Amino acid sequence: MEQRQPFPIAAWLIAAIASLGLFLAGADVWLAGAALLVWTGTLWLASSTPPPAPPREDDPPISRYRMSELIENSGSPILLVENGRVTVANRAARKTLGKHIVGQDARVAFRQPAAVKLIERGKSGIATIKGLVQRRDIWRVNLQKLSKGVGVVELVNMTAEADISRAHTDFVANASHELRTPLASIVGYVETLSESEDDLAPETRSKFLATILAEANRLQSLVSDLMSLSRIEAEKHDAPSEVISLREHVEQAARDAAGPDRQHRLLIEGEQDFRVEADARQIEQLVRNLVDNGLKYGAQNESVVVGLDEAKSGDARLTVRDFGEGIPPEHLPHLTRRFYRTDPGRSRASGGTGLGLAIVKHIVERHRGRMDIASEPGEGTLVTIRFPVARDAG
Amino acid sequence: MVEHTVKAFDEDITRLRGLISEMGGLAEVALQEAMDALVKGDNELADKVVKGDKKIDALESEVDKLAVRVIALRAPMADDLREVIAALKIAGVVERIGDYSKNIAKASREIGDRKQFEPLTLLPAMADVAGEMVHDILTAYAARDPALAREVIATDEKVDAFYNSIFRNVVTHMVENPATITAGAQLLFVARNIERIGDHATNVAEMVHFAATGNYPPDDDE
Repeated sequence: MEQRQPFPIAAWLIAAIASLGLFLAGADVWLAGAALLVWTGTLWLASSTPPPAPPREDDPPISRYRMSELIENSGSPILLVENGRVTVANRAARKTLGKHIVGQDARVAFRQPAAVKLIERGKSGIATIKGLVQRRDIWRVNLQKLSKGVGVVELVNMTAEADISRAHTDFVANASHELRTPLASIVGYVETLSESEDDLAPETRSKFLATILAEANRLQSLVSDLMSLSRIEAEKHDAPSEVISLREHVEQAARDAAGPDRQHRLLIEGEQDFRVEADARQIEQLVRNLVDNGLKYGAQNESVVVGLDEAKSGDARLTVRDFGEGIPPEHLPHLTRRFYRTDPGRSRASGGTGLGLAIVKHIVERHRGRMDIASEPGEGTLVTIRFPVARDAG
Repeated sequence: MVEHTVKAFDEDITRLRGLISEMGGLAEVALQEAMDALVKGDNELADKVVKGDKKIDALESEVDKLAVRVIALRAPMADDLREVIAALKIAGVVERIGDYSKNIAKASREIGDRKQFEPLTLLPAMADVAGEMVHDILTAYAARDPALAREVIATDEKVDAFYNSIFRNVVTHMVENPATITAGAQLLFVARNIERIGDHATNVAEMVHFAATGNYPPDDDE
């Protein structure tokens, strides 16, 4: 676009005064006139061609500052490494590796040999390193080269994934083991019964039959627990929509779990009721599992206390406390894993499937609740579950 | 840290810290792999650890050269001087940690049958504690964190306690099974090496504390 600048009046005036001076100093009138003409003409020509506009770039290169803004709020740790030095680290990276890494040598941030090699090589690539933050964790370091000596490093925590894939393999192995054991004993007893039909004493026969029945029952409860676990897992991401009154269901389920024989050991505390968005059947199952655990593993002459009250946060708090031998602390983090048993022999003898707490955990997760298990060896165990109260409950 | 007017000085210090961290990372992995080799009886892995120690040695001499050059050319003062002196000393200690890992790897080749050795289950637990110390102290060095350094110093007691219990355990085992004396003696050396690694991690912790604050940690029992 042609853009004509205004005529430079001041410059022209100087030219005019200079020419006048020239004339007054005794120069020829024509010479002074010519000087003025040339001067003005030059000014005119120079001003009539505007300086060429700087070439516009539609896609300016992103500056380091803009880039740091861009990555700052990303959930995964991202760093910019320039010539072996960390120049930008986003919030997640600073949180993971510490604030000190900005401006430091990249090796201070990643001292693991595999990562050092990757960054030294200066080409895009991926390395898996162990012990970046904690000694046992696993991280994937993803380096993308931008230009010579400049690269973006993204960190991905693989620890959980390694755990999950291990848990999955464990589950398949465990489930088939758990199913096979009762089946093998059923098959064994039935074979014995059918092969030696005549020469078996009637007491032995009935003993065998009772074992078969017990094993078949165990198989049945195992299958039904597996079914409910997979159903709950499938529904895990649809929040329950029904609004129920919590106390009624909790009390009913607790009494069901205790049954007539153990009713005297059950103690229900609290008066307050809560309206929560929940699946009534699942809440009952949760309470049944917890109360059953408490009665089974608590001391046989002590009660199990079921409480329902308001937590500090305003949530509904369900507590199930038993007074048994408690759980050693090293088992606590694993309790909700499928088929995890602190004492395999005892649990199986009491008819446990090893899935009870896994089911509870999934139900709690589906209801957006929180679960906490505290235990003191020799004192007993306290399971606390908090449910958010329904908003429209008023 | 405040930047220096002479940019090259900054670069030297950064490079020095980078080299120390790299050495530390190698030493950490060496200990881990040496223990893996010991437990699994993996001689190839043991060889790898022994070979890998050369790289740590090379880095140490690089740190030495750079530190001397920085002192000669830049005449650092105050915290910069502490930083360089600490780097010089830490490099020597980390190199020793690498050597001990190498010794463990060498010893692992001498141990024949692993099945009948109960102390073999105690050693990895001990190495875990020592490895944790090495890991934490390198993190403390990177972050210039004196509090974490003091924590590492406190952990050394655990390693010593492990050493005493393993010592008794192995000796008892050797008395009962004279056939295992050769292997048992090797295990004692391994335990000794791990114990020394713990001590050296404590030394690094003292230097980290010194570099960060200018003082040695308070409950120094020297």
